[in-house]
Amino acid sequence: MATTVSSTGTEAGIQNVFAFIRRRWLWLLIAFLALLPIIGGKTGYISNFWFLQLSLMIVYAIAVLGLNLLTGFNGQISLGHGAFFAVGAYTAAILIDQAGWPFWATLPMAAVTCFVAGYLFGLPALRLEGHYLALATFALAVAVPQILKYRHFEGFTNGVQGINIFKADPPFGLPLSSDQWMFLVVLAVAVLMFWIARNLLDSRTGRAMTAIRDHAMAASTMGINVPRYKAVVFGISAIYTGIAGALHAIIFEFVSPDSFRFELSIAILVGAVVGGIASLPGAVIGGVFVQMIEKYADALTKKISAAVHLPLELEPWTIYGIALIVLMYTMPTGIAGGLAALWRRMRRS
Amino acid sequence: MEQLIQQIASGIANGAIYACLALALVMIFVSTDHINFAQGEMAMFSAFLCWQLLDWGLNFWIALPIVVVVSFLIGLSIERVILRPLHGAPVLSVVVVFIGLLAIFHSLAGAIWTHTIKAFPSPFPQVAFAGSGYIGPHQLGMIAVTVGLLGALFAFFRFTPLGLAMRAAAQNPASARLAGVSVDWMLALGWGLAAAIGAVAGTMVAPAVYLEPNMMASILLYGFAGALVGGISSPGGAVAGGFIVGVLENLVAYFGNLLEKITGFYLIGNGEKLTVALIIVITVLTLKPSGLFGHVTVKRV
Repeated sequence: MATTVSSTGTEAGIQNVFAFIRRRWLWLLIAFLALLPIIGGKTGYISNFWFLQLSLMIVYAIAVLGLNLLTGFNGQISLGHGAFFAVGAYTAAILIDQAGWPFWATLPMAAVTCFVAGYLFGLPALRLEGHYLALATFALAVAVPQILKYRHFEGFTNGVQGINIFKADPPFGLPLSSDQWMFLVVLAVAVLMFWIARNLLDSRTGRAMTAIRDHAMAASTMGINVPRYKAVVFGISAIYTGIAGALHAIIFEFVSPDSFRFELSIAILVGAVVGGIASLPGAVIGGVFVQMIEKYADALTKKISAAVHLPLELEPWTIYGIALIVLMYTMPTGIAGGLAALWRRMRRS
Repeated sequence: MEQLIQQIASGIANGAIYACLALALVMIFVSTDHINFAQGEMAMFSAFLCWQLLDWGLNFWIALPIVVVVSFLIGLSIERVILRPLHGAPVLSVVVVFIGLLAIFHSLAGAIWTHTIKAFPSPFPQVAFAGSGYIGPHQLGMIAVTVGLLGALFAFFRFTPLGLAMRAAAQNPASARLAGVSVDWMLALGWGLAAAIGAVAGTMVAPAVYLEPNMMASILLYGFAGALVGGISSPGGAVAGGFIVGVLENLVAYFGNLLEKITGFYLIGNGEKLTVALIIVITVLTLKPSGLFGHVTVKRV
């Protein structure tokens, strides 16, 4: 009798643990990530290089989230989000380099400049839909490096040479390397940004955003001020991507006009599409994907070329393009959407 | 003054290229309502094909028709194979597929022909003629080819049954289908034609700039600007628009230069070419989305 009681007791305990994990998995994951510098760094299993990689993944996840908010939840296509990434990065770099600001103080400032930039670009974009908006933002993306090299900005931007900044050391004498410290900072910013995004989407504003995406005219008859919402969402989206840009400048310690070429805008778009265009977890998947591709596409393409005995050396972009097109057929809602659909099907059967 | 005329003349020559590309963009827009972001890279790819044939020792005027036919087939099969399944898909999917195509063509050209800059000989004879101080023989040739192309297209759409069928399919697919026009094939044909026109644009632009995978980036942007200025739904307008932005581009640089010379203040110059295109695109899109010669589309609610 006593044994059965105790065994059901442990069973219930295990079930409780599982239920706790299922309910709180997100917080557990975040806690795990936050402890990584202590676990991995101290035991030496995870090198500083990997902390930099993880930080970059999170940074791209924030950038992709910005595009997700605009395209996925508000239905406005942007091929030019690299521009806002650049504005954020340059704001941070200039403030650190010339005004001597501490790095954390540049983030709110990057948010402000990016909101203004996004809002202003959103105003003419109001009249544009679908392909036309894609075209206008495409033009923006192509022109960004040139705008950054503009002669009268050179005093701030240092022209083609770009700006070198230095990574901050951890404060209070914490026993962390600067890569580990920046990883924690980036993680904290990301958690905050995703939390804000989730609350925003659950709010009245969020429902207005999706209503505009689904049927702008119906939304406006319901009393939603469509132009104002669209312009503001453009600004908010720019804030996300701009903060990602600022973080990127801080952990990468360098900005230059040619790091913000058209390819960057494409990478952000690809991340959003691959992850899942109207999904917050999708933004995380997209961010991881963008950084992985940037790091490993070369090696992967070489392997594929060798495996199928191609007579020529393929370039990563070929794989990129094919992956994009195939994904559009097989998983139009991205990996997050595909996984969700798979999960539903498995539960039903 | 002489310099001004020279700038305008070379602007018209650049405009010929933009006009060609704008024409290709309009072909696809009119038949499918899509803006093809891969158009520039497709044209670049065709130019590389042509370079390869020239490298094998073919005469340009034999190589060109081959390249045009091959490009036509490539365009046709892209529509049939890749875009057909996306019929009725959201705009975003289509745009993403175009970006994918752009990436594929760009990287394939780099992989096959490497990124080193290649010289592309001009197919036109280097002779001196009246006014050749203002405009080179290649520039003049480009203009002639563009105008000839526009004339041929006009004749094709105006006087041939196939052209009529294509117009019908674009304007009213449902009725055209009832009248026995194979609308699906007309769309594919529109893509093929666009790719063929792009091939001509690519081979014409390659001698003017150097041949390399990145050569089309700024030209595509000006092609877009030209198509928008003229009205993206009007082939003739696109050609006019292409010439207009070509001249505008050079005039902006010229007057920027003049301003700097007189007041010493640098406002704008050759380094801001892409920015000028961006400003043109946004201005036209916000002030007059239908362009100068396009017709206003009325949306039924």
